[in-house]
Amino acid sequence: MKADPKRVLTGAHYLDGDHAAAEGALAAGCTFVAGYPITPSTEVVERMAERFPRVGGVFIQMEDELGSMAAVVGAAWGGSKAMTVTSGPGFSLMMENIGLACMMEAPCVVVNVQRGGPSTGLPTLPGQADMMQAKWGSHGDYELIALSPNSPQECFWATIKAFNLSERFRVPVLVMMDECVGHMTEKVVIPEADQIELYPRRYTKLSPEEYLPFKTGKDLVPEMIKAGDGYKIHVTGLTHDERGYPVMTWEAQEKLVRRLIEKIRLFKDELVDVEEEQTDNADVVVVSYGISSRVSIPAIQKARKEGIKVGYLRLIIAWPFPEKKIYELAQKIKGFVVVEMNYGQMVLEVERATKGKTKTILVPHGGGWVHEPEDIYKAIKEAAK
Amino acid sequence: MEIIPAVTYTYLRSKKKFPNVWCAGCGIGIALGAIIRAIDNLKLDRNDVAMVSGIGCSSRMPVYVDFNTLHTTHGRALAFATGVKLANPKLKVIVITGDGDGLAIGGNHFIHTCRRNIDITTILINNSTYGMTGGQYSPTTPFMKIGTTAPYGNRERDFDICNLAKSAGATFVARGTVYHVTLLEKIVQQAILKKGFSLVEVISHCHTFYGRLNKEGTAVKMMEWQKEHAIPIQAAAKLPPEKLKDKFLIGTLWDVDFPEYCEEYDKVIAQFQVPPEDSEGKK
Repeated sequence: MKADPKRVLTGAHYLDGDHAAAEGALAAGCTFVAGYPITPSTEVVERMAERFPRVGGVFIQMEDELGSMAAVVGAAWGGSKAMTVTSGPGFSLMMENIGLACMMEAPCVVVNVQRGGPSTGLPTLPGQADMMQAKWGSHGDYELIALSPNSPQECFWATIKAFNLSERFRVPVLVMMDECVGHMTEKVVIPEADQIELYPRRYTKLSPEEYLPFKTGKDLVPEMIKAGDGYKIHVTGLTHDERGYPVMTWEAQEKLVRRLIEKIRLFKDELVDVEEEQTDNADVVVVSYGISSRVSIPAIQKARKEGIKVGYLRLIIAWPFPEKKIYELAQKIKGFVVVEMNYGQMVLEVERATKGKTKTILVPHGGGWVHEPEDIYKAIKEAAK
Repeated sequence: MEIIPAVTYTYLRSKKKFPNVWCAGCGIGIALGAIIRAIDNLKLDRNDVAMVSGIGCSSRMPVYVDFNTLHTTHGRALAFATGVKLANPKLKVIVITGDGDGLAIGGNHFIHTCRRNIDITTILINNSTYGMTGGQYSPTTPFMKIGTTAPYGNRERDFDICNLAKSAGATFVARGTVYHVTLLEKIVQQAILKKGFSLVEVISHCHTFYGRLNKEGTAVKMMEWQKEHAIPIQAAAKLPPEKLKDKFLIGTLWDVDFPEYCEEYDKVIAQFQVPPEDSEGKK
């Protein structure tokens, strides 16, 4: 299915990442946004509030982020393609209903323009320290998908991809931007609508008598309905059976949770999305994402000039983590250098995926500013030894 | 002889999801009966009814009825319902909540949904305690009453739910009890018909925990208390103040008109949407 031309702002623009993400959402067919003002993500909701009435869609400013995320899950079951947008403190409040979205299998998108933390931290300055929270932040066991764009252009595409993946897998998909990418203004080229492929909602063709809301086929993703189209089903945050009714037994728990996990894990290979450059014959591979990937480039170039074979690997999909990719490289190289704006989050995944086959060096940063390329360069030299 | 079942039975998922979780003698089932009869009287298409709830004894209600039913997180039913309603405004959205769910953890959503005046009907069943977790004190436990977390008497003041809703901007506010079932059915019906945010507080009882802890007796005794302490608002106007002491009013307490949120949003769309022939989208 192609995007609706009415919703696609075709042309070359000069946009920041926040505005580009908003345009991506519109192109993806988003019809509902609930949000609460928070720096540095507010520009996204401001643009949606202005654009939605023009092209079709509802923006509502909720009383807090607990309510925003709850409204998004409600809108998804009401038939909308729904999104919310926030930053660290709001992301923490959304964890409750991100869990509900996982349990109710409500397709939705959450954009987190990361800032420095913990707590109120650095509202106007960048951070990349919510990466583990993105994966593990809500209680209980579940799987979801998280992307991490590194330019306004990619914010546009990542948001479309997030919607497509959320419909395909019926999970919340997180777009983990950072303040630099959110507020950086660059050229963004938006293609014609017929160049944008959308994954339609998986509405059932079964009759209300035949349909079981949480029964699945081979890909473990159930077909959906929306409230009001005649199916009169029950959805709940409680552990439930295929009918959607609560069942408080370990057997029902095992069956449900296992499926929620496996519907993503079985398709992990399909969900690898990395940008790779010169990793084939590399001695050192720099792993990074978001703004840190762009800061790594001068360091990589400097090291290459000195004859060090450095590869570049950028996570576009951070969760699920591309562990197979990392393990393949780990067997061939002298070491990984992980560049991220925190004191060690995705590096733990890199280290785990290497299974001890090579060393992993972290170039940390507390946030509020980007890395010095010199620090990255030193780590590359160290890894090349 | 042909036995015609009561209308309520035809709305229940009786073959799928019974028995229910409520204690024998609980008032929530009575409230459910009144809600079903109100919906039946209004001849609403059950496909068009979405019943949304949070967490707690009253919030278990939706699973038993044959509507679109959504059982969400603790306190978030109104926020969730706001999303459902905006996504599909043709739905009659009814939120079922309790005093803990709706006023403690969900208190912020409660006042803001009243203020926003979105067309949602909220039935708040007030039993003055957290029944599902075993009788802790709630925002409506009266001063000095006992809860398992207030073993020496609750030293906090309780909310007046109807006054709270009215001050927060609800356009329709009514109070009933599970004793006065006919009145309850009538006010629920009015609340559903109201274009805008409507609140019905249903005074109920938790004899299992609150009643036992406070020595208020059986379910029947607690319903007798409701009978003796509820004064219809019309009658109250004619009574001297001393006769109203320690009593509460029942009936429609507040009914005003204010622009409804979904309709207002439609006006924004009508005014600002880009006509199909306009090429603004291609600038």
